Amino acid sequence: MPRLENKTVLISGGASGIGAATARQVVQEGGRAVLADRDAEAGKGLAAELGDQAVFTPLEVTDEASWQAAVAASLEAFGALHGLLNAAGVGAPSDIETCTVEEWRRVNDINSLGTFLGCKSAIAAMRRSGGGSIVNISSVLGLRGAAHAMAYNASKGAVRSLTKNVAMHCALTKSNIRCNSVHPGYIDTPMIAPRLDAAVGNMSGRQWLEALHPLGRLGKAEEVASMIVFLLSDESTFSTGSEFVCDGGLTA
Amino acid sequence: MTGEFSGLVAIVTGGASGIGAASAALLAAHGATVIVADTQESKGVGRFVQHDVASEEAWKSLLADVLAREGRLDIMVNNAGISGRPGTIETTTVEEWRRVHSVNADGVFLGCKYAIEGMKHTGPNKAQSKGSIVNVSSVAGLIGSAGPTAYTASKGAVRLLSKSVALYCAEKKYGIRCNSVHPGGVDTAIFNPLWQMVGREQGKAMIDAVHPIGHMGEPAELGEVVLWLASDRSSFVTGAEIVADGGMTTGLMRRTGFAAP
Repeated sequence: MPRLENKTVLISGGASGIGAATARQVVQEGGRAVLADRDAEAGKGLAAELGDQAVFTPLEVTDEASWQAAVAASLEAFGALHGLLNAAGVGAPSDIETCTVEEWRRVNDINSLGTFLGCKSAIAAMRRSGGGSIVNISSVLGLRGAAHAMAYNASKGAVRSLTKNVAMHCALTKSNIRCNSVHPGYIDTPMIAPRLDAAVGNMSGRQWLEALHPLGRLGKAEEVASMIVFLLSDESTFSTGSEFVCDGGLTA
Repeated sequence: MTGEFSGLVAIVTGGASGIGAASAALLAAHGATVIVADTQESKGVGRFVQHDVASEEAWKSLLADVLAREGRLDIMVNNAGISGRPGTIETTTVEEWRRVHSVNADGVFLGCKYAIEGMKHTGPNKAQSKGSIVNVSSVAGLIGSAGPTAYTASKGAVRLLSKSVALYCAEKKYGIRCNSVHPGGVDTAIFNPLWQMVGREQGKAMIDAVHPIGHMGEPAELGEVVLWLASDRSSFVTGAEIVADGGMTTGLMRRTGFAAP
């Protein structure tokens, strides 16, 4: 039996990277994917490719009304909502001495406020659908510090803690909704593309990032998606409020 | 005054009450010159400066004032914080999320940023700059059920922010350390909403019960942790999470359904 049969999953950042890879696996596993993204062209393209088990809806993650519209679009397209993946995010270098308040807010708004609004907007619809699973993409930088990812670090720490708070709320209110965070290492997606070209000493950016991981390579979006599908599925029904690391041994 | 902190200058945000006031009192008792930066006037030790941690302009003027008057900055205790209104993932508004984050997260970001700038004036050059930044997070930065949603997320931000600051200062060889402190329930004004709801005696019994050690913390117990992190006695400690919670997050928690700030 497919692992996500008849489950509808709303995916922020669904047009690219980990979000897109997850959308593909959701459909392969018998589910329905709602691709929510600010990139309408890529989102519509992927939805068309995935067929009638996928739709695109525009989403600005920092706008609560936009989230409500995305949830409504999910219900309209497929009649229920069982899963939410908060995959939209922004990676940008920053450090404590040079980061401006504007840049701090931009990164925290997209990564942290955006995830908060996703959870807030989806819970009622998920409850009415009988429950389900929320997966928030944090990062290894939600677990460990990095000198030159200050704002990103803070935003992913917020997602890590928020996830546990959401999990406890849903448990205490007997909503049958689970919520977990996923902590990827460096995954070969558009988010890290700028890093791949930036040489570090005599290494290319790619070589340097690969060497960080004990497995000696970057992760693939499909590898993270596979962990997410497990968390969205009924195979993980006793897991909530937990941190799922997918990092090639980086934090080991 | 002589003492371990003699000749050193410390800023304590939120220093007018609670953990901040206890930290300020201990730092002063050990010889530090203490600037209490708070929105409410301090009746305790040190020089009081009216200060809003969420305002970058306020930080610029506070730092200029401290460098003009005291000539140096050695210790920054980013303690100011608010619990926000009780709120879950379903009831917290964007406005409340932003209000809590502006104090708890933006305020600590700015506190670290301007602390480093001030501490770089402490030695004759950058290589000899020195200092300690102590960021007060919470057990809510470690576990999910320990506070309102916005508060919990903001304390998770402080937890990781502190590590980035620690590593950045280490890489730059600034001689500045940065750590986060994670208090359990401490008997401060942050619990006033609960005392008003159920009465202080009953409320305190509820909070006492979630601490294996059998009672909630006293501000001075956290002040001692801050004092240690501020001092050279913790010279090898940076980027660490120092938990002082009476064992609250140590074992398998008994859930009371009550969310402590």
